[in-house]
Amino acid sequence: MAKFKHFLVAAPYYLWIGLFVILPIGLIFIYSFHDLNGHFTLNNYLNFFKNQTYLLMAFNSLCFAIIITFISLIVAYPIAWIISKFQNSRDFLILLVIMPMWINLLLKTYAFIGIFSRNGTLNNLLASLGLGRHQFLFTDIAFILVAVYDQLPFMILPIYNSVITINHSLINASFDLGASKTQTFWRIIVPLTLPGIKSGVQAIFIPSLSLFMITRLIGGNRVITLGTAIEEHFLSTMNWGMGSTIGVILIIAMILIMLLTKESK
Amino acid sequence: MKKLGSALLGIIVLCGLLFLFNFNLNRNTSGAREKEKVLNIFNWGDYIDPSLVKKFERQSGYRVTIQTFDSNESMIEKIRQGGTTYDLTMPSEYMVEKMRKMNLLKPIDHRKIKNLNQIDPLFLNQSFDPKNRYSLPYFWGTLGIIYNDKFIKPNTIKHWKDLWSSKYKNAILLIDSVRDVFAISLISQNQSINTTNLNILHQAKEKLVKLTPNIKAIVADEIKMYMEQEEGYLAVDWSGEAAEMISVNPHLHYFVPEEGSNLWIDSFVIPRTAKHFDAIYKFLNFMSEPENAAQNAKYVGYSTPNRGAKKILPPKIVQQRAFYPSDQTMNHLATYRDLGAKVVEEYNDLYLEFKMARQ
Repeated sequence: MAKFKHFLVAAPYYLWIGLFVILPIGLIFIYSFHDLNGHFTLNNYLNFFKNQTYLLMAFNSLCFAIIITFISLIVAYPIAWIISKFQNSRDFLILLVIMPMWINLLLKTYAFIGIFSRNGTLNNLLASLGLGRHQFLFTDIAFILVAVYDQLPFMILPIYNSVITINHSLINASFDLGASKTQTFWRIIVPLTLPGIKSGVQAIFIPSLSLFMITRLIGGNRVITLGTAIEEHFLSTMNWGMGSTIGVILIIAMILIMLLTKESK
Repeated sequence: MKKLGSALLGIIVLCGLLFLFNFNLNRNTSGAREKEKVLNIFNWGDYIDPSLVKKFERQSGYRVTIQTFDSNESMIEKIRQGGTTYDLTMPSEYMVEKMRKMNLLKPIDHRKIKNLNQIDPLFLNQSFDPKNRYSLPYFWGTLGIIYNDKFIKPNTIKHWKDLWSSKYKNAILLIDSVRDVFAISLISQNQSINTTNLNILHQAKEKLVKLTPNIKAIVADEIKMYMEQEEGYLAVDWSGEAAEMISVNPHLHYFVPEEGSNLWIDSFVIPRTAKHFDAIYKFLNFMSEPENAAQNAKYVGYSTPNRGAKKILPPKIVQQRAFYPSDQTMNHLATYRDLGAKVVEEYNDLYLEFKMARQ
């Protein structure tokens, strides 16, 4: 009876997971084994690994994801650290970090078009300083910048959470025992915030692999990631099988990364 | 907690009431559907003059409902799955061919069309629908080049091959559409835009890769914004889009290279699920009356296939070579054919390879 009650309480959860997580992943998996005519085939996977285009695309996506994650980490770590130093106003500062997340990504991206374009804010500023106008839109740098901007809160928040739980007596002890500032940072602080770094990396790396809207709006489709390919296969070429195959490969990559960054206990 | 509970209950009750209301509303209209005179149109967004629809409703007593789609693919998907009651829709030519082959269309009874002779024969009896058994041209347009005369002097670019000139490094905004991008390359090599020869296709891709240093971006609707704001000064896009850009920025000019280009024709077709045939033919006749076709062309901005309408339209519109090209250019235009899944896949793969090429 108690067990039944337990089940009843958890039923919405199971229903949710079943309908919106298991079922879609299952469908993607099934689709990935079908060709354009709906016949069973392994060709999609063979295609992915035989076709240089997809491997190159995967490599490209990987490079961009690593760069985006790395830059986010370097920017986010000091920010999280500094915010944690403000005893009284840190809740407010974290709110400022969270606030942009409430705005739709599409709107934020369009705002960047306004900033980067030839007659945009940035170029107007440069021109008024006598530095001339430059092409920013549709460059790799603009793409990386917007992607980092978009993902930054997901890096700051977990790192901030682990920074505020650091017991300061540990840091004091490190200094008392004669460790230098660098030694303390690498040997004490970094290991203590490692869980935060790991979840930040997880939260950014995977979505970065499959970014697609920013690649088009800011990258002008000059930056092609696996996400772009999925979008194209589902929306314009209607080759759902191939799109699903790329999806499955991304899911597998995600599981691998989760395993690699798992807490070792 | 108690407050939260009652608020939640309130929301649930409200949802239930709205649902009931909606259900009732639907029942009323669907009940009325059999008795009342209606016409259900499935159209591209903003692709018909709303005041014409009102006029038709007044004249005929039919109630017109319009639902919109944004791509041929999403349109066919909806009709293929059934459960829709659309009486008329306006796909592009290659999609007419595909729908025809998939038995999704009902033939059009030419005896019931009064103004068939108003349609320019140039747009009739095309290979995508021989003898127009299933389709009736609605609007047409071309693929062409748009440039800004502040940056490029008129007549410096005349042919597709001029796009490859090293003068235009990192300058071209390209429409993100497989067939159109390949058309540029194929025409510049004197090949058919409907080629199924894989060797020729691979050559076309190689040639496109050589274009990459000149390509600024491969985008879609955004081209309009970028050209209007002069973020870019050279683009490849469709005539209708060009007309909109030019109306905003008079420095922009559109032309169709005379050696050839794509001619696209959006046509009226009757989906298999259509029910209100009386209304359909009344509407088709209404829309092909020169006066109405002219008004619609003025509103939408695309080129009309209706000869009578062309006579009524102000000369300022009809004499624009960009939107009503000379007969010589018209003879070099070709429509896209549905090439079958296998070749389409090849196009798509090569297109992706082309996009992957870095400068």
